Amino acid sequence: MRRYLAARLFQAVGVVVFVTTFSFVLIHLAPGDPVAGALRGPNVSETVREQWRATYGLDRPLPEQYARWLLSTARGELGYSFSLHRPVRDVFLDALPNTLLLSGTALLLSFGLGMAVGVLQAERPRGARDRWMGRTLLVFFSVPDFWFALVILILFAYRLPWFPAGGLKDSFGYDYLPPLAKVRDRLWHLALPVFTLTVLTAANAARQQRAALIAVLPSDWMRTALAKGLSWRAAVRKHAFRNALLPTITLLGISVPQFAAGSIFVEKVFTWPGVGLLTVNAIGARDYPLVTSGVLVASIIVVCAALVADIAVAIADPRIRLS
Amino acid sequence: MAAHAGPLAATDARSVRRRLAGDTRVRIAIVVLTLLALSAAFASQISPYDPKEHLGITTLNGKPPSLAHPFGTDPFSRDVFSRLIHGTRVSLVIAFGAVALATTLGTVLGAIAGYVGGVVDSVIMRVVDAALAIPPLLLLIVVIALWGSIGIVPLALLIGNVQWFGTSRLVRAETVALRDTDFVVAARALGVPGPVILWRHVLPNAVGPAIVGAALAVGNIILLEAGLSYLGIGVPQPTPSWGNIIQDGSERVSDLWWLTLFPGLAILVTVFACNALGDALREALDPRQLQASPLEDTLHHSA
Repeated sequence: MRRYLAARLFQAVGVVVFVTTFSFVLIHLAPGDPVAGALRGPNVSETVREQWRATYGLDRPLPEQYARWLLSTARGELGYSFSLHRPVRDVFLDALPNTLLLSGTALLLSFGLGMAVGVLQAERPRGARDRWMGRTLLVFFSVPDFWFALVILILFAYRLPWFPAGGLKDSFGYDYLPPLAKVRDRLWHLALPVFTLTVLTAANAARQQRAALIAVLPSDWMRTALAKGLSWRAAVRKHAFRNALLPTITLLGISVPQFAAGSIFVEKVFTWPGVGLLTVNAIGARDYPLVTSGVLVASIIVVCAALVADIAVAIADPRIRLS
Repeated sequence: MAAHAGPLAATDARSVRRRLAGDTRVRIAIVVLTLLALSAAFASQISPYDPKEHLGITTLNGKPPSLAHPFGTDPFSRDVFSRLIHGTRVSLVIAFGAVALATTLGTVLGAIAGYVGGVVDSVIMRVVDAALAIPPLLLLIVVIALWGSIGIVPLALLIGNVQWFGTSRLVRAETVALRDTDFVVAARALGVPGPVILWRHVLPNAVGPAIVGAALAVGNIILLEAGLSYLGIGVPQPTPSWGNIIQDGSERVSDLWWLTLFPGLAILVTVFACNALGDALREALDPRQLQASPLEDTLHHSA
């Protein structure tokens, strides 16, 4: 098992190196330079631009810039956001808790929901319930993230004004609320974004869960369980379910990109001040350091999540653990 | 081809065709995709107005659906129905262009990696591993944000270039399984050159996963393009696409709900049809999925 983990870790490091190098190359292949973008307008003289280039090291040879960039990225210095006039790291650290709150809650709910639906479907593959659930899931699987979020927003924030149209908390009176009402206000603002992201991601989780269960149903140990007198339903829920949990762990790890993409749209539609909204606003402001570091950080999180999931599977699966 | 018992034992063409013919999902998909293809082909004949024309910037802006404008007008007084019909053409051209590119790249690279093996295999598959770590949406956001808005053809090429990774994995797995089967070994022993073996003997048997991958990729790409256009970095204005029609209404979503509703339904129906077709194809090509348990049919009645 130690050898497997070492190989897997080595691979993850390789991917991170590839991704960082690729981002650097991409940034430098792009037309235009960040200084010209940040210091627009006729009142800025070329001398000032040159000074800025020297300040940020943009006049050095490319390999030196790459080495410096790699070192500072490794230290967590991600550059300076031209549109927000703050270090990118600080901007991210402010936004990250909001994204983690939204995505984390949605992740738990969507996997709970997805696993329940997957079990209900796999109990009788091709049966009536499997079919209608499968079709419903396929609709949610096919719906554009941003459109579903917009529909929920129009229905439950504008037409039926039950929930706030966006934001993290009440923008006027929040600071003056008593503690319990503060919690209530936060949950009230969280409801629509979490619901949207949960429904969007649960469809995939359920489809995968169903497939994982159906894959283990023809196993010998299922026949044994049935032969010793267990009912079909009990055999599915006790034996097949546990054996299908391994792919679920892997799926948790590899569904992180889906959450990254989903939260970009959900955060934009509900103006939820997380990393996704930050990235979208940075595109509009042509704030390159913010966009590229946002994607870089997201990719590294994706790699780590897949790594953690594989380690968890290695620990949970005796076939790997004992090898 | 049917005589080769590849790793997917039940992929002989006749039984696949029989399974597909009886599938409701396939029929739905064919009807939807035919209607879409027709409206894309005859967009100019079907749409009552020029999709880019401002019909009356002060008198006809943001009007709700009516007889003259069944899907309403946008804030620039353009007819939404006409834009939607023309948007079909744009979305389908991008989707099928990108899928053709992605499937070709994925099949060729996956087959080479699987058949040649060794260093070539390692290099290709490590690149694929790394690329799969970056969500395609984020990758496209970076590229387009850095380069500024791009045209329809570069957009299709770009999307095609970030969608082949999954297909290459599937095709490689299938090729590796086929590499040491008797008929491939026999061809090699007869002195058939490598590229010919790949093309004539391996690829026809490994094409199943590529087809399933392509059907699912069409849906994915339509979603990607719509998402990028909604963020304002996809298809550039004034060319209509389903995503950028929704973006036109995004400042006043509640007032101008028709700008969100109709293009969104068009995307949903199209992607649903592609995904349903993909699911049906996967089940037809890999029937092991269906035979969940031979015991199950007899047992669940007593349960």
